[in-house]
Amino acid sequence: MTDSTHTIHPVWLRATHWLNALAVVTMTMSGWRIYNASPLFDFKFTKAITLGGWLGGAIQWHFAAMWLLAANGLVYLLCNVGTGRIVRKFFPLSPRAIVADLRAAFRGRLSHADLRQYNAVQRATYLFVIADAVLLVLSGLVLWKSVQFPLLRELLGGYEAARLVHFFAMATMVAFVAVHLAMAALVPRTLLAMIRGR
Amino acid sequence: MTIKKSPALVAIDGDAVVKEALRRIEQPSRRLFLQRSLTLGGLSLLTGCAIVDQDSVEHALMRVSRFNDKVQGWLFDPRQLAPTYPESMITRPFPFNAYYGEDEIRQVDANSYRLEVTGMVADRHAWTLTELRALPQTDQVTRHICVEGWSAIGKWGGVTFSSFLSRIGADTSARYVGFKCADDYYTSIDMPTALHPQTQLTLSYDGQPLPPRYGFPMKLRMPTKLGYKNPKHIQAIFVTNTYPGGYWEDQGYNWFGGS
Repeated sequence: MTDSTHTIHPVWLRATHWLNALAVVTMTMSGWRIYNASPLFDFKFTKAITLGGWLGGAIQWHFAAMWLLAANGLVYLLCNVGTGRIVRKFFPLSPRAIVADLRAAFRGRLSHADLRQYNAVQRATYLFVIADAVLLVLSGLVLWKSVQFPLLRELLGGYEAARLVHFFAMATMVAFVAVHLAMAALVPRTLLAMIRGR
Repeated sequence: MTIKKSPALVAIDGDAVVKEALRRIEQPSRRLFLQRSLTLGGLSLLTGCAIVDQDSVEHALMRVSRFNDKVQGWLFDPRQLAPTYPESMITRPFPFNAYYGEDEIRQVDANSYRLEVTGMVADRHAWTLTELRALPQTDQVTRHICVEGWSAIGKWGGVTFSSFLSRIGADTSARYVGFKCADDYYTSIDMPTALHPQTQLTLSYDGQPLPPRYGFPMKLRMPTKLGYKNPKHIQAIFVTNTYPGGYWEDQGYNWFGGS
């Protein structure tokens, strides 16, 4: 039996983390190919980093992976709330603590001695990226079903505005992933913990 | 080692060869095969292994797409109307879009035009353009959303499709309504969408007879579905329980294609 005092991440968290990683990579790469069919801005994504080959293929990937993203995200949120983990791990959280930990991080003095404790910057960032994922799903729903979800459509400012929201929420997610990977590379024990749980 | 006999080249009709080659290039299935080969090439690079059975991946994605058809049918609320806009918001010029270029727009002769109506309907007589234009007409200013992502607002006028269906005595318990077009396009829709109050047999654009670029003499306009579900130059309408597919749908676009 696993000694629970040594467990950093429970099994459900590790499972949903890696399934989410798969969903995010698939959604992003296929989304880039969909973007290329009618670019919002003056650039396209290099075909080599897109998924689906052609628009129809990319949409098939995107609209298959969306179920994984949404279902897995829902399981994550339910477990997080149901076990009380969200309260234990993410709170208390104050702007002052975030600024203090950010300063310490830039001076290389932020301690990672106990991986069971998220520092204030981690808490804020993870909460922020959860909100970003929710925004991605909601704006995606408007793009997919703008007629069937009128309230959501109007909240996001209409179909065309929802395209922009979806794009910038994607860009935010990609930026998070880049920083997240860099941090994991700086403290490799965090990667081990996310695989083994310890 | 075998030596191939060289074929009697002199006997080949040059024009016929070029024609055949063009026909093959234009075959969507061939284009699709090439495109999908690229996809799977990319995917194998991504995973670094000599992959995942190509057919099973495609098959699985197709099955999810069929599942998504069902979900969309379930989400579809027949009373939920697409937003309408003031005429000042019409996109000018309204973009042309088809599976071919603007130089290949089909010209349909108004006088010899007949709309065929077949399948599960009581009245199968073919309609002339004059007869169609004599039916009660309504206008709508709605947003056309393309599968590529862009959208444009236009003003379409014509016959509410549900009233046309009841006029021809269509069996509205049937599952599909199919369309065949003068530009060799074809598609099909679900009956609930066919009966939606904003689904329109369109005969005019912005107060003028529907121009060839937007599908003269008649198209189907559905603000509840993506652009590729809105066929132009319609020649035949049929009501059926047999899944009719569609030009893009058979290549992998989602069949329901609703918004």
